[in-house]
Amino acid sequence: MGGLDSSSMETDLDRPNIEEYLTTETIREVPKKLHLSDLLDISPTLTEAAGAIVDDSFTRCFKSNSPEPWNWNIYLFPLWCLGVVVRYGILFPARVGVLALGWIVFFAAFLPVHFLIRGHDKWRRKIERKLVEMMCSVFVASWTGVIKYHGPRPSRRPQQVFVANHTSMIDFIILEQMTAFAVIMQKHPGWVGFIQKTILESVGCIWFNRTESKDREVVATKIREHTQGVDNNPLLIFPEGTCVNNHYTVMFKKGAFELGCAVCPVAIKYNKIFVDAFWNSKKQSFTTHLAQLMTSWAVVCDVWYLEPQYIRPGEIPIEFAERVRDMISVRAGLKKVPWDGYLKYFRPSPKLTERKQQIFAESVLKRLEEK
Amino acid sequence: MGNTSSMLTQYDIEEVQEHCNHAFSQQEIVSLYHRFCQLDRNSSGFITGDEFLSVPEFAVNPLSQRLLRMLDGLNFKEFVAFLSAFSPRISLQQKIEFLFKVYDFNSNGKVTFDDILSVLRDLTGSFISEQQRQEVITRVLEEAGYRRDSSLVLSDFMRILGSSQLKMEVEVPID
Repeated sequence: MGGLDSSSMETDLDRPNIEEYLTTETIREVPKKLHLSDLLDISPTLTEAAGAIVDDSFTRCFKSNSPEPWNWNIYLFPLWCLGVVVRYGILFPARVGVLALGWIVFFAAFLPVHFLIRGHDKWRRKIERKLVEMMCSVFVASWTGVIKYHGPRPSRRPQQVFVANHTSMIDFIILEQMTAFAVIMQKHPGWVGFIQKTILESVGCIWFNRTESKDREVVATKIREHTQGVDNNPLLIFPEGTCVNNHYTVMFKKGAFELGCAVCPVAIKYNKIFVDAFWNSKKQSFTTHLAQLMTSWAVVCDVWYLEPQYIRPGEIPIEFAERVRDMISVRAGLKKVPWDGYLKYFRPSPKLTERKQQIFAESVLKRLEEK
Repeated sequence: MGNTSSMLTQYDIEEVQEHCNHAFSQQEIVSLYHRFCQLDRNSSGFITGDEFLSVPEFAVNPLSQRLLRMLDGLNFKEFVAFLSAFSPRISLQQKIEFLFKVYDFNSNGKVTFDDILSVLRDLTGSFISEQQRQEVITRVLEEAGYRRDSSLVLSDFMRILGSSQLKMEVEVPID
């Protein structure tokens, strides 16, 4: 990654294996005898470090690109001001009103159904599902979502999971208004956590906790059980594990791909024309994010339901995951990067550094033997 | 440019350009400023070690700790000066000077056997024994006409590396 020009970055982006991606630069040509100048010349390693400081493909995935202002001259500026007045003064209160009304209707219907209709579980579930779908539609209406769905709607069958690229928690809401999915979510604090606990439990959501290491096995078991159940809602998984800025996809975690069932890819692409739907969880809370959406003109987005995929004979889950990621990235026009999304929260494993050290060490030893 | 508290003025850009000996064009300096602000998440005016290490490509570099010592607490002007060694407009001599600074850990103008050993240790980790490392360095030092207890100064580095094809360049993306 010495001279980081964009053309070499493009060819490197398709590699699924991080180790391969990182070590190409430190492998030198034919071993020659080792001189003092060779030993002292640490420029390749330094160049890689400087290249990473100047630009790196991981940070790019989480950059919120703020839109260029267009209101810079004498007739556009008043128009823009008028727009601000309309958005904050008229649209926003109206939307908050719609949302509040929606919540009231929802709770008025949901709570009695949830607590009173015992014994007719099938009916209860059906009504709860419809209510959740309705509530999601209200949410979408509250930011004037213009969403085009392409492809066959998801059907309720066992032995299938849906995977989608992740940009914000609103991905879930957008998909949920069409079909009541059971989704795997990170447990959140605050009012979101409250909603997770009370309402989303009813559609069969599964919780995970990024910071707990044993968590993965527990979640994997729960997922497996869910896909085998006949009456469960179809399961939706975001294999990236974190929100990405809708220009790139990070590596998919293989959990969803080693269940032995059909994987139905869903590609989501937001149009940034009015607002950038990327939720930069390090910079804003979900409430702020929602407020931002509710004070813009509209959220425009395309959703593509793609053909269900099955693991091919001789294909390992990671390859399967990469193949599906490829499909989603191509459909939604996203670039692939070979990074694990969890690197947002954790440092890379020391094994990667050790691998580089090993390669360097071997080349030094080999050159030492040359006379 | 989400979290920048101030924009760069033309004066600022020219000042930074002076400070780094015109290693970067004005556009590149603006780009570097965006990058600096992006890395400096808490807008403290300098990038902490932790913030550098949040770049996975940097964190896996074997020399990251050593470079962090040099990068710690740098403000934007000094940051650009640090990176100027990687500009194609900078002479080979200046690049060698930078390399010398990386080796010269305690900044006393002399690079000793132990300094070279320390860098080699960072680069090879546990994959070569300490003894082998010392052997390698002793051998190449003696072959170049130095002794194990010699200390190298900058002019020695210039002589040793002056004719090598040192490639140390990074391209600053202009957005």
